Amino acid sequence: MSYFKPINKHPNLEKNKLGLTRRDYEGGVSTLCAGCGHDSISACIIEACFRLNIEAYKVAKLSGIGCSSKAPAYFLNASHGFNSVHGRMPSIATGANCANEDLLYLGVSGDGDSASIGIGQFIHAIRRQVNMVYFVENNGTYGLTKGQFSATNDLESKNKYGEDNLFPPIDLTSMAIQMGASYVARSFSGDRDQLVPLIMGAIQHKGFALLDIISPCVTFNNHDSSTKSYDYIRNHNEAMGKTDFVPLGEEIKTNYDDGSSVEVKLHDGSRLSLEKTDHNFDPTDAGNSLELIREKNKEGKIITGLLYVDNKCKPLTEIMDLPDKPLNTLEQDELCPGSEVLDEINKGLS
Amino acid sequence: MENPVKVDAINSLNDFVIKFANVNGTGSASANQMFAKSIFRMGIPISPKNIFPSNIQGLPTWFEVRVNNKGYLGSRGGVDIAVAMNPQTYSQDVEEISEGGYLLYDSTWKRNFNRDDITIIEIPLTQLCVDSFTNAKQRALFKNIAYVGALSPLLEIEYEVLEKLISEQFVNKPALIEPNIKALNIGRDYVLKNLPYPLGINVKREDKLKDKILVSGNDACGLGAVYGGATFCSWYPITPSTSVAEGFEKYASKYRVDSQTGKNNYISLQAEDELAAVGMAIGANWNGARGFTATSGPGISLMSEFLGLAYFAEVPLVLFNIQRGGPSTGMPTRTQQSDILSCAYASHGDTKHVLLFPEDPQECFEFSAEAFNLAERLQTPVFVISDLDIGMNDWVTDKFEWDDEQKYDRGKVLKAEDLDQMDNFGRYLDIDDDGICYRTYPGTHPEKGAFFTRGTSHDEYARYTENGDINEQTLTRLVKKFRTASELVPNPIINLSEKQGSSGVIFYGSTSAAMYEAKDILIENNIDVDLMRIRSFPFNLDVWEFIENHDLIYVIEQNRDSQMRTLIMAEGGISAEKLRSLVWFNGDPIQAKFIAKKIYERESQQALIT
Repeated sequence: MSYFKPINKHPNLEKNKLGLTRRDYEGGVSTLCAGCGHDSISACIIEACFRLNIEAYKVAKLSGIGCSSKAPAYFLNASHGFNSVHGRMPSIATGANCANEDLLYLGVSGDGDSASIGIGQFIHAIRRQVNMVYFVENNGTYGLTKGQFSATNDLESKNKYGEDNLFPPIDLTSMAIQMGASYVARSFSGDRDQLVPLIMGAIQHKGFALLDIISPCVTFNNHDSSTKSYDYIRNHNEAMGKTDFVPLGEEIKTNYDDGSSVEVKLHDGSRLSLEKTDHNFDPTDAGNSLELIREKNKEGKIITGLLYVDNKCKPLTEIMDLPDKPLNTLEQDELCPGSEVLDEINKGLS
Repeated sequence: MENPVKVDAINSLNDFVIKFANVNGTGSASANQMFAKSIFRMGIPISPKNIFPSNIQGLPTWFEVRVNNKGYLGSRGGVDIAVAMNPQTYSQDVEEISEGGYLLYDSTWKRNFNRDDITIIEIPLTQLCVDSFTNAKQRALFKNIAYVGALSPLLEIEYEVLEKLISEQFVNKPALIEPNIKALNIGRDYVLKNLPYPLGINVKREDKLKDKILVSGNDACGLGAVYGGATFCSWYPITPSTSVAEGFEKYASKYRVDSQTGKNNYISLQAEDELAAVGMAIGANWNGARGFTATSGPGISLMSEFLGLAYFAEVPLVLFNIQRGGPSTGMPTRTQQSDILSCAYASHGDTKHVLLFPEDPQECFEFSAEAFNLAERLQTPVFVISDLDIGMNDWVTDKFEWDDEQKYDRGKVLKAEDLDQMDNFGRYLDIDDDGICYRTYPGTHPEKGAFFTRGTSHDEYARYTENGDINEQTLTRLVKKFRTASELVPNPIINLSEKQGSSGVIFYGSTSAAMYEAKDILIENNIDVDLMRIRSFPFNLDVWEFIENHDLIYVIEQNRDSQMRTLIMAEGGISAEKLRSLVWFNGDPIQAKFIAKKIYERESQQALIT
């Protein structure tokens, strides 16, 4: 169901240059689990659009299928949205972008959507340099179908039912850099201070921008993967009492100093090791970026921040030499060659 | 000429079948096309057919041309003249020549063919080209032009016509004109000096092709998309549909480039697969650009999930399905009409799609352009269903026509001014009671008109709902919309006989050419039938009335399971006994003789001797 929030405008709410408040960028009430990282990301998107004075109706929100793909209903109510089919949002975005490049395209996807069923479309949208912001709300699990492993889940981790993940993860950031993405960042849904500027940067960027955002699933991937103890079950019996029961939780938030690596405790006591990009790091050198990601992965750390940026890239519409005037505004007299030309064509065929 | 013929040689003016047997990848195609076009230029109807393998180089390939002054364009069957240039297939090629027919082969290497009932024409083509050209590539290539040159005196093809075709073909590469003319002369001169000519089979200029053009269906579809205002094409290579996208690019790159800026007022994007191809086209249409994709049977299977989305979320889309032989990978280079059901009901759940069935390239052009109007008016996928026979062969067809007064129908789209006048926009509100609702393009209005397009069940305001009653209402409205569609799609073409109580015949698409000829054969044998050519789905009242008015109807199709018959039965509750299935599905174009024979036998209870 979609729920609409009552609009109570407080006269003292902060306004941006368009005279809009953050409220004007909101969407419907989220139906995701309380405490879901995806809702934090939606809030960051709202904040980024507010701060950048984006006109919401000039935004197209696109998604595939999965928990993450529901998220576009929960921000920017004044924008058109398209919740397409599983893993195929990149092709919708490609076609829409070619038809009208004047809109801002926000694609919201998940790890199942982008790293498994839709990995082909994901890669090809990158290599075509579709001008869009592509969010992967990465929780390592299939939430809507009750907690199966996704392709970004780490090799050592276990699922909620204690089963081992037998296959190594796909690192979306290094893959995207190799495929030619021109803005690649990783962040954590609980780190608003880091994420909002990264989103703002991605919106401002022209070309394919990937935001790989670790976004914990409070319901299905919120357990201590190193233990399957009795204690664990006892301490979380709300979740395990009945498989499809969704426990209440709080949003995960963290704050830490620049340049330092920190461990973030999740609801259930499991940990994420996060490290920010070093200030000396040059994010315009793809080779360095890949090396850094690889090194940190080896150390068991997750590197977050802006990992790679190429500001000289040509977006798809430029590569294809499309006019400044969007294709969807061309009129019949600009499109149809008419009967005289057809007579000429007929002559050539006789 | 050797082998004195034991039977009378065939004598025929402007009515015969000639078949060229070649090796693919040897440059024979352009020579063969030049031959066909020369007959066309002499005002005589022809129907050329490519019979080719799914292969790039080295396998046998054939090019068959039926020359017929009555204008029958369907496949006839049988071969009167074989030009055998491929020793691999000599035995097959020689065997199928009709009694009294002719064989032309490259006698550089002489052969005995054990046929004393045909005329064998020996021309040492390889030797002649080796003597005249030094370059190895030219020697091989010009063999093809040389046999066309030889056919000129043998069949009395006007030599000037061939010369002119060469100069037209190489208008941008004038250096190639001279060696091509030289090759033409090599064949011609050999015949003039060494062989009796003309043959009993020959051609003579007629004036039957005024206002006719020679063009393939796929080229016509591509051109129709340019005229229909398509700005977006996404496609994935698949035989036999690839040349639809190529045709679009060819014409768009000529007629759609902004003269001021040099920018392209179109885009043609090769996708990574069929799923992406259809997804991109849906994305473009969602955003208000006219977009299409082109594919064949396997592509329809792959696109099915997206087709259900476009149907349910009501996004316009134009899709060309150039059918080939199925199932599975099937016969990629052969023709069938075997995707009728997979297109009519493509995708899971209750889905139905609008289908158009052009019979020839002229109708491919017309339906292609019209498909964009229908898709936007109906906010749903529209399939233009052609096949390899129409798509990849050149056809003599009526010239293309365009009415400059006719405006594109962009359907029910609300502009900012419209939204300003409204209090209550609901994307799926059926305000006009025709099942078609009002849509908005993204970016139209700062406050109004935004909605969430989704494949999940939704209410009239495009909000997600799990309310079964609401979903039932949506699905029921889509049926209403489909009824509206039946009033907008092209009518069937009905051709009633003079005799009351005749049986009916239903056919569609590339079967037409053979059917018109079959009707004449039947009339000669005192059988008349009423014809109905179906041009679209959903079926309208004319279709049901025709069926109602006949006790027995033959449904002629190029598939095994009589899919159109199934569709008629399912949609109209028509009894199986009434519709007699008459199918041909060997991958070659259907033949008039086959249709006439089957109908004659059933109607007269005796065999037809032709």
